[in-house]
Amino acid sequence: MHDLAPLCALGGAEPHTDQVAGVTLTETPGHALASVAARLGQETACADHLGTLLGADAPGVGAWVRSDPISAFWMGPDQWMVIAPVATHEDLAAQLIQRFGTSASITEQTDAWVWFDMQGDGIEQVMQLCANIDIEKMPVGAAARSVIHYMGVYVLRSAPDALTILGGRSSAGSLHHALLTAMKSAL
Amino acid sequence: MSQKNRLDGGLIDRSETWSFGFDSQYYKGHKGDTLASALLANGVRLMGRSFKYHRPRGPMTAGSEEPNAIVELREGARKEPNTRATTIELYDGLRANSQNRWPSLKFDAMEVNDLLSNFFAAGFYYKTFMWPAAFWEKVYEPIIRRAAGLGSLSLQDDPDGYDKGFLHCDLLIIGGGPAGLAAALTAGESGARVILCDEDFLIGGRLNLETYAVGGMTGAAWAAETVARLQAMPNVRVMPRTTVIGAFDHGIYGAVERVSDHLAVPEDGKPRQILWRITSKRALLCAGATERPIVFENNDRPGIMQASAVRAYANRWATTPAQQVAIFTNNDDGHRTASDLVAKGVEVVSVIDTRVDAPTSSDYDVIAGGVIDQTWGRLGLTQIEVKMPKGGIRRIKCGALGVSGGWNPNVHLTCHQGGRPVWNEALAAFVPSGTLPPGMTVAGAADGVFSTHGALQSGADGAKAILADLGIKATDPALPEAEDTPVKITPFWHVKTAKRAWVDQQNDVTAKDIKLAHQENYVSVEHLKRYTTLGMATDQGKTSNIAGLAIMAEVAGKAIPEVGTTMFRPPYTPTAMGVFAGRAWGMETRPTRLTPSHAWAKEQGAVFTEAGLWLRAQWYPKPGETHWRQSCDREVMQTSKSVGVCDVTSLGKIDVQGADAAEFLNKVYCNGMAKLPVGKVRYGLMLREDGIVMDDGTAARLAEDHFVVTTTTAKAVPVYRHLEFVRQCLYPDMDVQLISTTEAWAQFSVAGPNSRKLLEKIVDDGVDLSNEAFPFMACAEITICGGLRARLFRISFSGELAYEIAVPTRYGDALVRRLMQAGEEFDVVPYGLEALNVMRIEKGHVTGNELNGTTTALNLGMGRMVSKAKDSIGSKLSERPGLNEPDALKLVGLKPVNPEHKVPAGAHLMTKGDKVTASNDQGYVTSACYSPNLGCHIALGFLKSGDSRIGETIRLVSPLTGVDHEVEVVSPHFFDPEGERLRA
Repeated sequence: MHDLAPLCALGGAEPHTDQVAGVTLTETPGHALASVAARLGQETACADHLGTLLGADAPGVGAWVRSDPISAFWMGPDQWMVIAPVATHEDLAAQLIQRFGTSASITEQTDAWVWFDMQGDGIEQVMQLCANIDIEKMPVGAAARSVIHYMGVYVLRSAPDALTILGGRSSAGSLHHALLTAMKSAL
Repeated sequence: MSQKNRLDGGLIDRSETWSFGFDSQYYKGHKGDTLASALLANGVRLMGRSFKYHRPRGPMTAGSEEPNAIVELREGARKEPNTRATTIELYDGLRANSQNRWPSLKFDAMEVNDLLSNFFAAGFYYKTFMWPAAFWEKVYEPIIRRAAGLGSLSLQDDPDGYDKGFLHCDLLIIGGGPAGLAAALTAGESGARVILCDEDFLIGGRLNLETYAVGGMTGAAWAAETVARLQAMPNVRVMPRTTVIGAFDHGIYGAVERVSDHLAVPEDGKPRQILWRITSKRALLCAGATERPIVFENNDRPGIMQASAVRAYANRWATTPAQQVAIFTNNDDGHRTASDLVAKGVEVVSVIDTRVDAPTSSDYDVIAGGVIDQTWGRLGLTQIEVKMPKGGIRRIKCGALGVSGGWNPNVHLTCHQGGRPVWNEALAAFVPSGTLPPGMTVAGAADGVFSTHGALQSGADGAKAILADLGIKATDPALPEAEDTPVKITPFWHVKTAKRAWVDQQNDVTAKDIKLAHQENYVSVEHLKRYTTLGMATDQGKTSNIAGLAIMAEVAGKAIPEVGTTMFRPPYTPTAMGVFAGRAWGMETRPTRLTPSHAWAKEQGAVFTEAGLWLRAQWYPKPGETHWRQSCDREVMQTSKSVGVCDVTSLGKIDVQGADAAEFLNKVYCNGMAKLPVGKVRYGLMLREDGIVMDDGTAARLAEDHFVVTTTTAKAVPVYRHLEFVRQCLYPDMDVQLISTTEAWAQFSVAGPNSRKLLEKIVDDGVDLSNEAFPFMACAEITICGGLRARLFRISFSGELAYEIAVPTRYGDALVRRLMQAGEEFDVVPYGLEALNVMRIEKGHVTGNELNGTTTALNLGMGRMVSKAKDSIGSKLSERPGLNEPDALKLVGLKPVNPEHKVPAGAHLMTKGDKVTASNDQGYVTSACYSPNLGCHIALGFLKSGDSRIGETIRLVSPLTGVDHEVEVVSPHFFDPEGERLRA
């Protein structure tokens, strides 16, 4: 076991939490991520592997399929982001390579992203100040690619009153600032 | 001061009495007042001075079309010039000042312009200030700008925040008058997602300004009840204080919500305004209509207003501009104002109706067929002179004159995508044409339907048609009964005998100016606008354009529709620049990207610089160092002597996988990549399709089907985009997958003769870093510090024995601390971008300065890298003769002949003895630094036939900065030209 201590994307040893009115914004670092992109001609095999992993069909366009402990959302044609708890799947990419074999190209993405959970009454009003997503019509289990204050993000709907926002790790501070400013403004 | 012109009734809240200031006076008003209504209630008609002639002016309207009553609202940093008093919602403690006057509003010295008006006709500036040309910018323009103008800026940062937001709906309804409310009710009750926007703080449009009954109650009561019903519907969003400012592509509308403008200061964290981008499936424009004035002699005195505005002030705001009011009209609507004023107890001294068949009244005197011949009153109207139909003049004392020349539908938004309105003879007005922005329809007065019943019905019908189009079953709303009076108008545009009659009151354009423009052949309506400034400035001619067109038509002997209209463009009303910026200003203009070692570097006192969006350490000052060069030189020397560490995370990293990954890279790099062995790295040059170099970087082969490609920091995104284009569009049959991993890995360069020894202290057992086992350009996936996975590359940008080591980003901070701790015995230093730049210049390595979008591989001295043995992007066009001239620019090194001299980047190279002219230019300097290793300034640059001119002494010139000295052309590889250090 190595002896280097990790930091959260916002720079703290512990994740950061903010509360404005009834909405909580939490930095949630406990997710391992890996991208899965089907190899040419292996699209069906790849989707089948993912389906087996999820116990459901591989997510279609704009969808996020959640199983325990694995979930996956659609990123592009024949391309998905697979998510698992970092505590049990720190080497998620390596695990997926074993499962998918040559049907997919797997790339570790765990530290490429900062993961924010936003929960509470008023998240839709907050998101209306952030991203050009029809958030009122975004169902639970949907995933959208969008832009918040010039930063590319994925927005995932985990519950009627909860969203997940994935943004680039290096600009985590700017994304946090944008989200928090919108919360103070909208709530 | 008492509210001497306050009437009974109205929609103001008298339980709230507020104090406010205008210029040096304080007044009282009520909640629900505008600044204009409160001032009028206090007997103040004079609210501004005109743009050019500094004529006294008062409000002409009661809405956003106001040309005259524009003031500086608030004070200090929140001061906002050119704000319409007619739309400013009163709040307790409001402060406003008049503008464009000196020393005071009542006595304005610049009123002398009015006496000199004969000299200031249209085109005056163009004709007068012709000579000498240089005087225009330095003398004439500053004087004119001081003399003529609007409000002044605070010149301080705006302390308020502005947001941008995004809304979506089935139906956007623009305007909350009778048509808009009926439409919202229809669509809302049918279950459609509706957004209803209205610029007013009280929704209802003219229902709040009129007295007639709607469904057995007042129009205002019906509006309030309907708004309450709509607000209770979860599928309807009612947005007061929200102006739709523009109609854009794909059903997208811009709307500005004034969240906090009715407050002295926005609540903590709340924005002043929000710019909404509303994506609608359909839009229904219910923007109403604007009453137009009639043009007559001295028609601009304070107290002369739209008749509908006088009525609005009386009915909604319970105020009158004066106790004695006259009306001048060409249609029946003017008589409605007279009736309402009588009902309010205001004396209507006369209604002058231009029609000989004007209706009569038992409540007031009517002069049928009369026209206003002259008005009196220096700071406000005191008397009018009426030319009687049977000859003779009648003088009538009055403090206000309501003028009604008919109504113009507010067609502006129908024209934002190129549509032109069409002339309706019956209404004597332009109405929307069939060419509307896709998805838009129009209802109510905006469509020329002027009765209340007609507006309600057309709003409901418009909504039903839209719902049917969207496949939503419409329910029929129970519309209330309302008046259905037809329009009765005989067009009358201007009194022809007038000498000084204002058409555009904001720009001081008179009927005479329009005639002059025609006389001087500015007959096109667009030329008329620009020559006279008719329809420009903050009101964009909402009250003046049609009268201007009518007068132009008359002098040109054309019909009004033949003259045409100018183009309406967004925004519909003046919009604060801040709301377009949103939150993106100051340090928040754009996102900031931080490297994994940022916190650690900050602890070391690093000085940061922007590299694109990234903040990178530029140098790390030590105690006693007073100049950046001292830090930089130390970092270079210590790295060359022992070991240095630099965060290189910002360089782009792209994961390239797939069975055809090698072949794919062979296409995008001009040099061979297909045969790169696993475990090796190769420098690569990527060309644009046109043969110019796009970027350079490395490709590391981690497996047969897996590469990691690096890019420069600046080109990380463009290269990724290029690779995706190549993958998806040029070679869709290749099995290759791409994803960026720039952010996933923290990467550090460990450089210097002791770099191997330092790394050996942190790599795990079994990782052999010896030159034999891990030679120059090797790469491997390893573990460090007891099991953390890492990637190690033996590559060197600095020219030293060097490695780049990458770990998952969350461990980047811990790794840099570990490297510095482990390196203590070697006196390890962190080095910043300045030192890195010095080392790469010493080594002759190129970067963005040399890969500047104009250079080829040949220019860079890498012509032979463009493989002839394969086809790659850009390779064919790099062979163009123009790019391969015998005297093509070549990368060279430059050293000053006098070691004290600098070799500044940007300076140009001239052959000794040649004149310094562009045609003699031999090349230019791209990168320059002081080399502590060589003890002098050095530089890289491009020189014609440079590779064959090594040893030549050449002239370095920069006429702009006064540089002119000699430099020696040398090899670009200043330091360790054989590469012995990096292969050690």
